Amino acid sequence: MPDVVVIGAGMVGAACAYYAAREGLSVTVVDRAAVAGGTTGSGEGNVLVSDKEPGPELDLAVLSCRLWTELASEAREAGGFEHEPKGGLVVAESDEVLRALTQLAGRQGKSGVVTRQVATAELAGYEPHLAPGFAGGVFYPQDAQVQPMLAAARLIRRWPRVALRTGTEVTGLLMERGRVTGVRTRDGDIPAGAVVNAGGVWGDRIAAFAGVELPIMPRRGFILVTEPLAPAYGASPAGPPAPLVRHKVYTAAYVTNVASDSEGLETSAVVEATRAGTVLIGASRERVGFDRTVSLPVLARLARQAVDLFPALADVRAIRAYCGFRPYCPDHLPVIGADPRVPGLYHACGHEGAGIGLAPVTGLLTARLLTGAEPEIDPAPFRPDRFAGTPG
Amino acid sequence: MTADAATYDLVVVGAGPAGLAAAGVAARAGLRVAVLDSGARVGGQYFRALPDGFRAARPWALHHGFSRFVRLRDGLDGADVLLNHRVWAAGPAPGGGFAVHCLAGREERAGTVTGARLLIATGAHDRVLPFPGWDLPGVMTAGGAQALLKGNLVVAGRRVVVAGTGPFLLPVATSLAAAGAKVAGVFEAGGRFALAPRALTRPGKAAEALAYGWGLARHRVPYKGGRAVVAAHGDGELTHVTVARVDAEWRPYRGGHETVECDVLAVGYGFTPQLDLAAQLGCAIGADAAGGPAVRVDRHMRTGVPGVYAAGETTGVGGADLAELEGLIAGRAVVADALGVPAGTGVGARPEPGTGFGPGIRSEARVGARLEARRRRLTGFARALLRAYPVKDGWTSWLRDDTLICRCEEVPYGRVKEARDLGAADARSIKLLARPGMGWCQGRICGEAVARLAGEEPGPPRRPVAQPVRLGDLAAMDERTSDDDS
Ligand SMILES: Cc1cc2nc3c(=O)[nH]c(=O)nc-3n(C[C@H](O)[C@H](O)[C@H](O)COP(=O)(O)OP(=O)(O)OC[C@H]3O[C@@H](n4cnc5c(N)ncnc54)[C@H](O)[C@@H]3O)c2cc1C
Ligand SMILES: Cc1cc2nc3c(=O)[nH]c(=O)nc-3n(C[C@H](O)[C@H](O)[C@H](O)COP(=O)(O)OP(=O)(O)OC[C@H]3O[C@@H](n4cnc5c(N)ncnc54)[C@H](O)[C@@H]3O)c2cc1C
Repeated sequence: MPDVVVIGAGMVGAACAYYAAREGLSVTVVDRAAVAGGTTGSGEGNVLVSDKEPGPELDLAVLSCRLWTELASEAREAGGFEHEPKGGLVVAESDEVLRALTQLAGRQGKSGVVTRQVATAELAGYEPHLAPGFAGGVFYPQDAQVQPMLAAARLIRRWPRVALRTGTEVTGLLMERGRVTGVRTRDGDIPAGAVVNAGGVWGDRIAAFAGVELPIMPRRGFILVTEPLAPAYGASPAGPPAPLVRHKVYTAAYVTNVASDSEGLETSAVVEATRAGTVLIGASRERVGFDRTVSLPVLARLARQAVDLFPALADVRAIRAYCGFRPYCPDHLPVIGADPRVPGLYHACGHEGAGIGLAPVTGLLTARLLTGAEPEIDPAPFRPDRFAGTPG
Repeated sequence: MTADAATYDLVVVGAGPAGLAAAGVAARAGLRVAVLDSGARVGGQYFRALPDGFRAARPWALHHGFSRFVRLRDGLDGADVLLNHRVWAAGPAPGGGFAVHCLAGREERAGTVTGARLLIATGAHDRVLPFPGWDLPGVMTAGGAQALLKGNLVVAGRRVVVAGTGPFLLPVATSLAAAGAKVAGVFEAGGRFALAPRALTRPGKAAEALAYGWGLARHRVPYKGGRAVVAAHGDGELTHVTVARVDAEWRPYRGGHETVECDVLAVGYGFTPQLDLAAQLGCAIGADAAGGPAVRVDRHMRTGVPGVYAAGETTGVGGADLAELEGLIAGRAVVADALGVPAGTGVGARPEPGTGFGPGIRSEARVGARLEARRRRLTGFARALLRAYPVKDGWTSWLRDDTLICRCEEVPYGRVKEARDLGAADARSIKLLARPGMGWCQGRICGEAVARLAGEEPGPPRRPVAQPVRLGDLAAMDERTSDDDS
């Protein structure tokens, strides 16, 4: 009998398994599909501190960024996951936006975020192919990226104490006198000392097996992928040939979109190059349930915003587009910790658009709580029962 | 651009037998029809039009059924034919009907054609199974070999091997032989006579099979069953292949290998319907007789989405006769729906003379009933064929760790196995971890193989962008919509 069963082999479940096993616990990860087959396989791999207002989520992000760097250096021999600490550049369309962005950077600095003010004239030094006319920006050296599918797969394989069972759907929880004692699956019961719900956007259904409610909803996002580009894209106004896109680049409008509660469509493109040579343009945000129908207007909007940032992208072809469903909670915070209503059940889900970035810190906190150790960050803001009384 | 402002009663994507037949019926009934095709000529796979000189010399040699092609082509009757138009997306148009987004010509001029109704007749593409050496120059698909013939007919004097499974190997071999190639052998991985008992139930097909048999005999082409090309060899280009005797599961018998010299290898393991646009539009997609994906249609070729029709290989692979017949039925249904009369009556939408349903028959309803009956017969035959030539799992035993599975992203089989060891339990997660299908062709070539390696039947495609499109063109669509808004 494993000490812990983790439901979900996405990025968050993988990180929970990794840190729990590091603490000496034996872990079985179950997923009804494959590793990284959920939202982890249909998003991007940004590890961002730049896009968050000071508060509990930013505290998580700052620590998680550091954990990602540790994980990456540890993984180097065993097989990496394309961790690239390339930094993020946020640009402002006008002086007014620049002022707001600068103020935000100042506040973020107090939470441990490193920021560097970038004047208009310096922008080309960061991004030679950036469109002219931006009022300036802020550079965030801590922003990084990973290949989330590889990262999830490799973290699960890191410790022999972790067993992975794919193609195993959890259909209920084993309960004894009000306590969760394992999971029921289509392939039989798996008793365990504790159960971690890392079911992502489906985490509410797993909570419902225990009779508790989590208000997790899907927030759809589309991503455009271009054809692979040469590493040195061509002569740039600012000097020698350089990749078309060097950092993560987005406009300051992005931050307000991320924090928005609107159900309607919001897009503000984040543009970045991947190791495969493609450029990723993401992502839109809209709450339309689990609807996969292609939305050309959304793709068109993303394309326009990307071309507005990098005019040279106009002649680059999109070869692919896909969508995924972010696990969204009404207060934009993840659900992390023991459920006081059901002993034995822990949650690690609802990370919306930041589940890749926040996975390591979520895994670390979960492991601390499982072993009764003192967590590095106060988990109170992420309490599973904090929604009680809030409407639907 | 070509037809930006135009709004048609019917937009047909695909100018193969299915699309041409439907467009002809609708145009002759007075509807405004546009036919789009990415190719430079009409005709689709079956009627790949030949250079005029060759056609004039001996059209029958490669174009059996050529007169039928001429009839279809000339029957278009006022429909706008937009060639060299690659459709990359289709969806509901803001003002009703459907918007078909395309890229025209080598310059990829972007444009949109709109229509009240839409017919998807995009055909099928070759199903590819990788094996060691399949990426050598000189190795091509059966469809590719046809394109060779269509080009400058450089096959004369070449030594060719044809391999794979299914009835299309025969016409490929005979047309290559007729064009002057030396066909060193046709190797059918399934049983040699899988098709024969069935062919007898359809005299037309049996005659066709006999004709091909005769062709093979005349050109002294050996045709062997239970044999597969399990490796292709050559230093920079193809020089010879390894042919293995295989069991019923396609696993090679020990010691049953021979080497055959050749400089062209045409491989065909059947066809996969081209369903990108149907999937984008949200048409229900079900399984064909062999378990592969195909658009679901009612007996009038209507898909589950009102206003969208499908015909030909998109509804299940079944050959040119069935494709044309389905096109006829779809065209009649479009006309009937446009007129608001029950489908199957198709007022004024008579098939042209020569199809057996011409002016001799008075009652429109009887025409409809006879077309439907004939479709049932042909569909039954097609199903039997699909079942007679299944792909067997033993092909995976031909693979080596360094055999490329995905050419675009250069993913060898070893990396696919590694991904499976990492927990990639399905085709999608193999793709996410090892990148097969992430490149330029978006898995059209390797998708089937990857699905089978994951132990799945290939499912419907998910390609919101069916053809590469410049970001600038996509961006321009955003401006267009916002102009409309203001
Ligand atoms: C378009 C888009 C872009 C994004 N970009 C970023 C980004 O740049 N940076 C970032 O940090 N985040 C990003 N995200 C968000 C991020 O992808 C998610 O927050 C993260 O993947 C959530 O991981 P997870 O492990 O919680 O969920 P998932 O990856 O969805 O994993 C949950 C798993 O649980 C399994 N499961 C569910 N129910 C059951 C059951 N009953 N039995 C067994 N298994 C079950 C599922 O099969 C699934 O594999 C993006 C999301 C989208 C949609
Ligand atoms: C080598 C070979 C030999 C064959 N031999 C025989 C035979 O002997 N007997 C027989 O009955 N059948 C044979 N067939 C099968 C026959 O070709 C098909 O059954 C028939 O062509 C199907 O007709 P269709 O109209 O459904 O599609 P197709 O003829 O394939 O036409 C589809 C058209 O759609 C176009 N298209 C697809 N996607 C797009 C897009 N996104 N934008 C624009 N245009 C698009 C394509 O360019 C194509 O012209 C053979 C096929 C091959 C490849």
